[in-house]
Amino acid sequence: MTNYLEFEKPLAEIEGKAEELRAMARANEEMDVEKEAAALDKKAADLLKSLYADLTPWRKCQVARHPDRPHCKDYIDALFTEYTPLAGDRNFADDHAVMGGIARLDGKPVMVIGHEKGNDTKSRIERNFGMARPEGYRKAIRLMELADKFGLPIVTLVDTPGAYPGKGAEERGQSEAIARSTEKCLQVRVPLVSVIIGEGGSGGAVAFATANRVAMLEHSIYSVISPEGCASILWKDAEKMREAAEALRLTAQNLRELGVCDRIIEEPLGGAHRDKDTAIKSVGKAISGMLADLSKKTGDDLRSDRRQKYLGLGSKGLAA
Amino acid sequence: MNWITNYVRPTINSLFSRREVPENLWKKCSECGTMLFHRELAENLNVCTSCGHHMAITPRARFQALFDNGVFKEVAVPEPIADPLNFRDQKKYTERLKAAQRSTAEKEAMLVAEGEIGKTPIVAAAQDFTFMGGSMGMYVGNAIIAAAQRAVELKRPLVLFSAAGGARMQEGILSLMQMPRTTVAVEMLKEAGLPYIVVLTHPTTGGVTASYAMLGDIQIAEPNALICFAGPRVIEQTIREKLPEGFQRAEYLLDHGMLDRVTPRTEMRDELIQILRMLLGMEPALKGDLPAPGTPDNAKDGETAPSGA
Repeated sequence: MTNYLEFEKPLAEIEGKAEELRAMARANEEMDVEKEAAALDKKAADLLKSLYADLTPWRKCQVARHPDRPHCKDYIDALFTEYTPLAGDRNFADDHAVMGGIARLDGKPVMVIGHEKGNDTKSRIERNFGMARPEGYRKAIRLMELADKFGLPIVTLVDTPGAYPGKGAEERGQSEAIARSTEKCLQVRVPLVSVIIGEGGSGGAVAFATANRVAMLEHSIYSVISPEGCASILWKDAEKMREAAEALRLTAQNLRELGVCDRIIEEPLGGAHRDKDTAIKSVGKAISGMLADLSKKTGDDLRSDRRQKYLGLGSKGLAA
Repeated sequence: MNWITNYVRPTINSLFSRREVPENLWKKCSECGTMLFHRELAENLNVCTSCGHHMAITPRARFQALFDNGVFKEVAVPEPIADPLNFRDQKKYTERLKAAQRSTAEKEAMLVAEGEIGKTPIVAAAQDFTFMGGSMGMYVGNAIIAAAQRAVELKRPLVLFSAAGGARMQEGILSLMQMPRTTVAVEMLKEAGLPYIVVLTHPTTGGVTASYAMLGDIQIAEPNALICFAGPRVIEQTIREKLPEGFQRAEYLLDHGMLDRVTPRTEMRDELIQILRMLLGMEPALKGDLPAPGTPDNAKDGETAPSGA
């Protein structure tokens, strides 16, 4: 059962009709509907192509947040072998919004860390919808230190609406945890590559995505604030999220132009959720490629390159 | 005499006189309601003389009170490209910037300076909440990097006064990228072995708290300053319950182990001098020698024992 986004409604209708026809045919042997159904399929395919040919920023936000989109766990399960989850911040708790551990990628050991949103009500609650608390960032810091100590490259998979805005999270130093995580990203002497696989929400994303190379899936977003939040502050109306999404320049394509994103990973037609395997394979290829690029560099170079990259950011704006 | 002189002029006059007195000469404390004479308030560094409430202070006024004899030299900040995203909400970003420049008479939301405090050479940076909420964009990032580079060049500590609503949304992702950029600046200081002291002032929130403002060697806050990542309103909306009294205020953070100290603004200068001179292995500051005439806390210096331990 496909979950359709609001702008995919017309597509849902056509695909629904085709499905209905086929169901009728199955019930009634004499009916031959294949021709009509095929015509509908063709129509649906054309519509899908045109819908996704030029997604508005707001539509991209919706695709990036699609509930069926492959999440961190899907990527880890499919791309890595011997994944050994490591838990806890050694301080307070284990944050299930952040998963991480040692694993092999193409046979080589790496440290993989990412936000996991969950894929049904139970797991979403357990994962806190991918919104990490300070413990999540402190776990990440610990894992990055471990990777640095043993020379394992670090791969981060970013998919979070943002850090969790809660009472306990604030009391336990949410801002300090994020700041230290970003700092750790800048300190390590091993290759650090990051892929924004869905939502790159504000500080919660930066804490993982301050990397030598940042790749973004074609329909992922990365922003200082959610379009809804921005709309309610600047437009005084949360319903202006379309305008805000436009103004924030949060698409992978915009960020590539601004130099924040180094590489865009193409998604299957209709978004990563329509063909998860292909999307996951493309991400795997991109990660291997980025790590290969960095494999010859010394630890000091990796660290100073990373710093120089961030110091130099913002020297170019978008064309008017 | 005609109706203009009899009627219009007095009306106009009364309008002006009504406005002038309370707005320019007297300021009402937003906390206790006491009317405070402007000169007295300025001399007390915008801290209410009646209840001790800390009102906002501009970076320039702060530096004048901080540096010996009020003498400091501004450190040049590289100009970023203006309006990189061609951002427009209900107003154009460039218009908002110009309006802020007009109302504050400052170029941007951060001022960087070098000078001496208690004969201790430092570099200082202060964020201006009155300039678009002190928000952190490319300029603020450049300012912090410039401050760190200057400090490293001169082998001096950096004292940073933070005040911000967070990142500057109008610069989109580039404002977010100031989190790693400013963190690189902090790393430069660390590697050079130079003290980096953060003074968190009201309010310090969002991406600013989650980067350079929480990475100080020593973290001092002004009393009752709001310091947080997510603001209280956002949290109340998320968890649907009332937050405790004083939540996310300086004293609350101190209790939760997030700060080293909470220090009144009027004692901050002495405290900074004391801490810096110890961290730098210098002799204690000579009290009688300091500060030179004209600085606001001149009167009580010399008789007040250094605060803190």
